[in-house]
Amino acid sequence: MTRHVTPTVRIQREDFDISAEIARLTAGCNDVGAIVTFTGLCRDEGGRLAALELEHYPGMAEAEIARIAAQAAERWPLTGLIAIHRFGKIEPGGQIVLVVAASAHRHAAFEAASFLMDYLKTRAPFWKKEHLKDGSAGNWVDAKDADDKALERWSGADRE
Amino acid sequence: MRIVYFAWVRERIGKGEEEVDIPAEVTTVRDLLGWLKTRGPEYESALEHQNAIRVALDMEHVHHTEKLGTPFEIALFPPMTGG
Repeated sequence: MTRHVTPTVRIQREDFDISAEIARLTAGCNDVGAIVTFTGLCRDEGGRLAALELEHYPGMAEAEIARIAAQAAERWPLTGLIAIHRFGKIEPGGQIVLVVAASAHRHAAFEAASFLMDYLKTRAPFWKKEHLKDGSAGNWVDAKDADDKALERWSGADRE
Repeated sequence: MRIVYFAWVRERIGKGEEEVDIPAEVTTVRDLLGWLKTRGPEYESALEHQNAIRVALDMEHVHHTEKLGTPFEIALFPPMTGG
């Protein structure tokens, strides 16, 4: 029987500290050979944006990311997995999302982090609204077909 | 039944949540969307592109063909743009 790690999922308004999150996955562990982190940041879209406002569905946001993270933990031999997603107003340069995947070897950590992000983009209930530099409320960000397409690479035969 | 709305669906309908008495003939998610559209121009506008609307029953994604059942909470929202 393989034991799967229990992922940590946090939905929060506050910023996060990448180093502190990495330390959580390595403290007291001698079996971690690889840590992959992904951080999503707010862009200013060519100087147009003052901020992004992230709305979420409390309860479901946690539950859905936890479901995706559990799938990743089942599919790859990880020693640890953390996913953090922020909500509220975030200015350009600010951090929005963090995924930290730890494993004995790099391959599992890279793949698990990528899988988690691809599913999170299309299934986690978050929506971005633009706040423009001129003070006006901009549009809701449109979902991208490319994000749906990104899922296809995970639906083939398991490679592990 | 309790329905919650998010993002531009919430803005167009003009409220984040409401309690509604759903008629007995509304049995699927698709029926629900069709029925909500008859409730006024704000619903008509929010649900205009009905197939694009995402639905969750008790915080789990469902297809429009799903039976409605008796969930504690129904959620309607646009395609997600997190990450």
